[in-house]
Amino acid sequence: MSLINATVDSAIAIAERRRGKIGAEFYAGRGLVIIERAFLAFKTSSWAVVASGFVEPVFYLLAFGFGLGSLIGGVTDGSGHAVSYAAYIAPALLATSAMNGAIYDSTWNVFFKMHFGRLYQTILATSLGTLDVALGEIGWALLRGLTYAIGFMIVMTPLGLIPSWWGILAIPGAVLIAFGFASVGMGITSYLKNFQQMDMVNFFMLPMFLFSGTFYPLSIYPQWLQYVIESLPLWHAIQMERALTLGVVGWGLLGHVLYFVVMIAGGLFFTTKRLSALFLR
Amino acid sequence: MIVAKGLTKKYEDFVAVDGITFSVKRGESFGLLGPNGAGKSTTMRMIASTSQRTSGDLTILGKDPNKFGPEIRAHLGVVPQQDSHDRELKTWENLYIYGRYFGLSRKFLKAKIVELLEFAQLTDKRDTKVSALSGGMQRRLTIARGMVNEPEILMLDEPTTGLDPQARHILWDRLFRLKEEGVTLVITTHYMDEAEQLCDRLIVMDKGKIMAEGAPAELIKKYSSKEVLEVRFGSKNNAEAGQKIAHLGDRIETLPDRILVYSEDGEKILKQIHKMGLEPQTSLVRRSSLEDVFLRLTGRTLVD
Repeated sequence: MSLINATVDSAIAIAERRRGKIGAEFYAGRGLVIIERAFLAFKTSSWAVVASGFVEPVFYLLAFGFGLGSLIGGVTDGSGHAVSYAAYIAPALLATSAMNGAIYDSTWNVFFKMHFGRLYQTILATSLGTLDVALGEIGWALLRGLTYAIGFMIVMTPLGLIPSWWGILAIPGAVLIAFGFASVGMGITSYLKNFQQMDMVNFFMLPMFLFSGTFYPLSIYPQWLQYVIESLPLWHAIQMERALTLGVVGWGLLGHVLYFVVMIAGGLFFTTKRLSALFLR
Repeated sequence: MIVAKGLTKKYEDFVAVDGITFSVKRGESFGLLGPNGAGKSTTMRMIASTSQRTSGDLTILGKDPNKFGPEIRAHLGVVPQQDSHDRELKTWENLYIYGRYFGLSRKFLKAKIVELLEFAQLTDKRDTKVSALSGGMQRRLTIARGMVNEPEILMLDEPTTGLDPQARHILWDRLFRLKEEGVTLVITTHYMDEAEQLCDRLIVMDKGKIMAEGAPAELIKKYSSKEVLEVRFGSKNNAEAGQKIAHLGDRIETLPDRILVYSEDGEKILKQIHKMGLEPQTSLVRRSSLEDVFLRLTGRTLVD
């Protein structure tokens, strides 16, 4: 036992490295191990569940983009170019699947671990802190989001749905979207107490998906409703992804990016605060 | 290693721990004995730095848990009341990932896990999912898990609650070994036999307060007599019989189901009862235990 000790850092030495650093009481700087844990658990999970996250946007693309799209013809994008209907909705579906994946991982999965698995109680009895847990769980959601985004791009590109090279940036764009939704999702979940409240999340998500300029431009709505939708996160996500895949890039993009940076910071702040209140009170 | 002064924890109006003062020395096996709701677990959680105290002082290895939570937790092994294994993972993976939470290297853990599985007698269950392990095995795995960071203090909250007698004895044997290796143990329990077996020194808690402190034998000597005679006259007759024999022994306690007579010689008292013409349905002479100490101090039994 002591032989092993001599060559390896002890848990105490590892924990003491954070001494004096800002946030040492809630952040050990080791959120990566939470991702490692998620990966260990993931190896045993059902591949059907994993595949569904990838297949869903592809089905929407086939049904609406090519099915319905053959009746519609083309749409005019923000700068007046005509694009096929499939190319118009493809980036919106990419943004939506990034959102859905992130929300699923950060709401249902987190809710279960919080209330039934006792996982966070266990983790917080070690030298990890609440921000490690929040970052690790969200990081895992992002990895999944990234994989789905790459998969979807691989399908879209040969179909000619990504006319611009800027489209490559739609992948990190999807990760940013997933980060924003996962942070806020986990933050909200940490305040929810039962399944009824969890259902409210879905109640909010579906209409946001349908009406955020996913399938048609906002210009068909009255002005007041346009303002409402423009305040919602999915609208920003779709605008950002669409601008990138269609190559209509402008300074306005930074506004969308900023929107998500604020979501990330706010979500992490409330998640960390709430986990401390729940498990370290 | 642990020093608490006037340690208090309040949840809104409810006072869970009410100004307790105690200390735990290195290598000692220290017990917190008391009924459910006495404040034992809350005290444990404050020591384990997963609960912030309302007032009073607390230092663990000279550090304040409010400021150095993660650092103190690196020194501790925690065995919670309920097993909380990662049910999605296998036995060895549970030990592995728990070690990773402390930041320990993969190489170190590889060797450590072999050692811990051996210790917990789970070597052949290495690749079994934890949900398929028996209650006793899960409990041993929890203790092995608590040892993964080679802690100086192992915190055990009700370690054998819900286990059958055989599983309890295996577990006690494992805990004795740890004690021999010099690990400081802090144990909560509401089983007096467990406290007598495992603890060098203990505090008796009730309603958030410390009622008594000392070694088990010392406490028994101080608060109880050498022997106890337990007699049952049937639940209807106990109260009446209790009054009749009240003058016998040093002291008597009349409980709803039985009467306890404290004295130096239980058999002698039993003979006296027979002489009075009373015929108890059952009678039993035994040595005094911590249960009697608790009854004496609070007027209530430990396990309701």
